[in-house]
Amino acid sequence: MIKYLLKRIGYIILSLFLIITVTFILMKAAPGGPFASERASTPAIEAQMNEAYGFNDPIHEQYFSYLINAFTFDFGPSFKYVGQEVTEIIGRSFPYSLILGLEAIFIAISIGVLLGVIAAVKHNKFGDYLAMVIAVLGISVPSFIMAAILQYIFAIYLQVLPIARFESFAHTILPAAALATTPLAFIARLMRSSMLDVLNRDYIKTAKSKGLSERVVTYKHALRNAILPVVSYLGPLVVSILTGSFIIEKIFGIPGLGSEFVVSVTNRDYTVIMGTTVFFSVLLLVSILIVDLIYGLIDPRINVTSKEGNK
Amino acid sequence: MEHRQLKEIDFEPLHLKQSEAEKIVGESTSYWKDAWRRFRKNKLALFGIIIILLLAVLAIMGGPISGHNYYENQLLEANQPPSGTHWFGTDNLGRDVFARTWYGAQISLFIGLMAALIDLIIGVIWGAVAGFFGGKVDEILMRIADVLYGVPYLLVVILLLVVLPQNLWTLIIAMTITGWINMARIVRGQVMQLRSEEFIMASRSLGASNTRILRKHLIPNSLGPILVTLTLTIPSAIFTESFLSFLGIGVQAPLASWGTMSSDALPALQYYPNQLFFPAVFICLTMLAFNVIGDGMRDALDPNER
Repeated sequence: MIKYLLKRIGYIILSLFLIITVTFILMKAAPGGPFASERASTPAIEAQMNEAYGFNDPIHEQYFSYLINAFTFDFGPSFKYVGQEVTEIIGRSFPYSLILGLEAIFIAISIGVLLGVIAAVKHNKFGDYLAMVIAVLGISVPSFIMAAILQYIFAIYLQVLPIARFESFAHTILPAAALATTPLAFIARLMRSSMLDVLNRDYIKTAKSKGLSERVVTYKHALRNAILPVVSYLGPLVVSILTGSFIIEKIFGIPGLGSEFVVSVTNRDYTVIMGTTVFFSVLLLVSILIVDLIYGLIDPRINVTSKEGNK
Repeated sequence: MEHRQLKEIDFEPLHLKQSEAEKIVGESTSYWKDAWRRFRKNKLALFGIIIILLLAVLAIMGGPISGHNYYENQLLEANQPPSGTHWFGTDNLGRDVFARTWYGAQISLFIGLMAALIDLIIGVIWGAVAGFFGGKVDEILMRIADVLYGVPYLLVVILLLVVLPQNLWTLIIAMTITGWINMARIVRGQVMQLRSEEFIMASRSLGASNTRILRKHLIPNSLGPILVTLTLTIPSAIFTESFLSFLGIGVQAPLASWGTMSSDALPALQYYPNQLFFPAVFICLTMLAFNVIGDGMRDALDPNER
C-alpha cells in the first residue's frame, strides 16, 4: 500500500514538474510581455520594471527560482493588479468556486444516480426511455448553452431566480445546475448499465427469493454494488466541474477561480496564470488520487496495489 | 406466419447424402456484415447518420444558397428576426445568421474531424507499439502517457493558444497534444490481448515480420474499439472547440464558429434569443448525432453484446 502510494505521489510530482516547466516555457515564449500595455512607458521605467521582476536574469536562473517558488506556492505579485499577491487572488476567489463546485457535484451525483436507478428498474419501459433521453440530451448540450437556456427560462422569462452574481443561495442554483448537466448525464448512463448488470446477478435472485421487498433489494442490495463505477467517475467529475467553471463563472459573473484564470489568460498576467495553473493541477491530481484510494477502500474486491487493480 | 396446409408428402424424410446434408448453404457472415446488421436495427444511430449527412451537405451548400456571406455586415439591418431575406435573421453587426451558421458548421466539423484523425494516428501507433513489444518499451511509452494524462487537458490547450499564433491549426494541435492518450490506451489493451492468440503465432511461424503482424493482424482486429473511440472523440473535439471559441480564445474573427456565434449572442439574450437559438441547436444536434452513432457502433461492434 505504502509502495503504491509513493509511486502515485511520484507520478503526481512528475506531472506537476512537467506542467510547471511547460507553463514556464510557454510564458517565456508568449508574444507581448506583461508590461506591453496600451499606456506606453519610457524605456527607463520599463528597464526598471524588468529588473524588479527579475526578467534580466539568465533564463536558467529565472527557471530555478520559479521552480522553487512554485513548490513553496509563492508566485509573487500579479502583473496586472498592482499590489495583489497571486496567492491572495487564489485565496479570495477559490471559496466561490469551491461552493459552486460542491453544489454541482451534489446535484450531479444525486440526480444522476436516481435517474440511472429508475432507468434500470424500469428497463425498456417508459421510465427507462425518459431517463435515457434526458441523459443523452445532457451529454449533447454543452454547459454554456445549458447556462444560457437556464438564464433565459428562470431569470428572464419566469423571473424566479437571479440572473447572475453570487450573493445568496438562490444565486448559486442556476450556475450549479448548468455545471452539473454533463456529469449528471454521464453518471445516469454509468449507473444504468452497472445497475442492469447487478440486477441480473445471483445474489439479487437470492435476496428476492428470501422474500425481501422490491425496495429493499433495489436500494440495499443492488444499489450498493452498482454504485462503484460512479465512484470511479468521481475523478473525471472533478475535472469536468473545474474546467466547466471557466465558462460558467464567466457567464454568471461569479468572481471565482475559473473566471480569474480566464481573465488572467486574456490579460497575459503571467504570475496569475502560472499560479492558477499549478493550483488547478494540484487540485486535480490530488483529488484523482483520493478517489482511487477511496475506490479501493469501499470495495474489498479491488486491490489498488496489484497490477490489474490500478488499470 | 401464414397458415399452411400440410400434406402427406411433407412428413417423408428427405433423401440426401450425408455430404450434401451438411453442406453450408447460407453465405457466411463476416464480422463487419454482422455488425452492420446489428447497427441497422438501431433506429437512433441511423437517425444520427442522416443528421450528420444533412449537416455536412448544408455546411457546404448553405452559404451559397442563402445568397449572403458570413462576414458582410449591413449595420442598417442589424438584429433582425428571421425573415424571407435573412432566413435565420441577422446578428448585432447585421451579418446573415444563416450563412454564418453553415460557415461555422464547416469550421466546427473540420476541427472535430481533424482532431479526431490526428488522435487516431498517434494513438494507434503509440498504443500498438507499446502493446506489441511489451516489457521495457511498453513501460516507457505508457509512463510518458500517464504523466501527460495527469496534465489537465483544457489548461494546456488554453496555455498553448495564448502562446502560439491563433489560427485553426494551433487549435487542432493544442487539442491533440493530450487527446491521443485515450486512444493509445485502448489500442494497447486490445493489442496485448490479441498478441497471445494462436493466429498470431501461426503467422509468426510462417515468417511474418513484426510490421506485417501489426499491420495485417493486430490493428485490423482492434478496429472495432478504435472506431467507437474515434466516433466519440469527434463530439468532444467539437465541444472543446466551441467551449474555447465561446471563451474568446478559439476561432478568431472574421472566422465564425458555433461557439463564437453563441458567445456573441449571449449579451443580447434578453432581446434577441433567436441569435443564440440557431448556433446552440446545431451544436447540440451535432453532438447528439455523433454520440448516438458512437453508442450504436459500440453496441454493434462489441462481440460480448451478441
